[in-house]
Amino acid sequence: MAEAPNYTAYHPRWLRRRVSTYWWLGSWSYFAFVLREATCVFVAWFVVYLLMLVQAVLHGESDYQQFLMWSARPGVLLFNVISLVFLVYHAFTFFDAAPRAMVLHVGKTRVPASLIAGGHYLAWAAASAVVFWALLGA
Amino acid sequence: MIRRHPEPLLWMLFSAGGVISGLLMPALSFLLGVAFPLGWLTPPTHEHMRNLLVNPLAAVTLIALCTLSLFHWAHRFRHTLYDGLQIKHLEEVIATICYGGAIVGSAVAVYLLWQFR
Repeated sequence: MAEAPNYTAYHPRWLRRRVSTYWWLGSWSYFAFVLREATCVFVAWFVVYLLMLVQAVLHGESDYQQFLMWSARPGVLLFNVISLVFLVYHAFTFFDAAPRAMVLHVGKTRVPASLIAGGHYLAWAAASAVVFWALLGA
Repeated sequence: MIRRHPEPLLWMLFSAGGVISGLLMPALSFLLGVAFPLGWLTPPTHEHMRNLLVNPLAAVTLIALCTLSLFHWAHRFRHTLYDGLQIKHLEEVIATICYGGAIVGSAVAVYLLWQFR
């Protein structure tokens, strides 16, 4: 590929209507889109929470007990309940979108969307079972 | 010279992070964030947690979960800020904060889990 051509900074004024900053509050589907995008904040929060737990375990018994007590404080608990709702919403929206992002062919026939989505949901169930086993079992 | 854009790589990380966080986080968040704090289920003992984190497979899974999820956040958050708030002119600052944060967080995850060696 050749190097990108140099464009001049000048361009004609676009005939574009100004969009409000709150454009996503106007319709349910736009709002659902922004909620879906907002799930990433809770994904990041949960990484922080996990790493705090790992650090507490690393530092020993008393730090671990302190972490457990802190996690039961009403504010932390409420935030984690909200974050659980968003994380479940993230999983559903992400696995529902998977067939559109992944186009698989076996021979000449395209693997049906329901099979790809179904595979993701099956993997979700299996991974959740492993998490329960690792934290509760044996 | 071929100029490579990082966007496809960042999108792959976003996608991989979306899948791994979708697979593991709902169950982890239910147990660690809700069920144990509320006393619905008994939390694991410190010894149980330690044994779990010493396990290389668990450590590698957790590192993958943390790093990929952070890059998932960085990519999605960056684009949501551009589209949602229409602040594309702050592109460089936002990208630095998002991906920089993901890199720092990943390093912390590797560092913490490495201590169990």
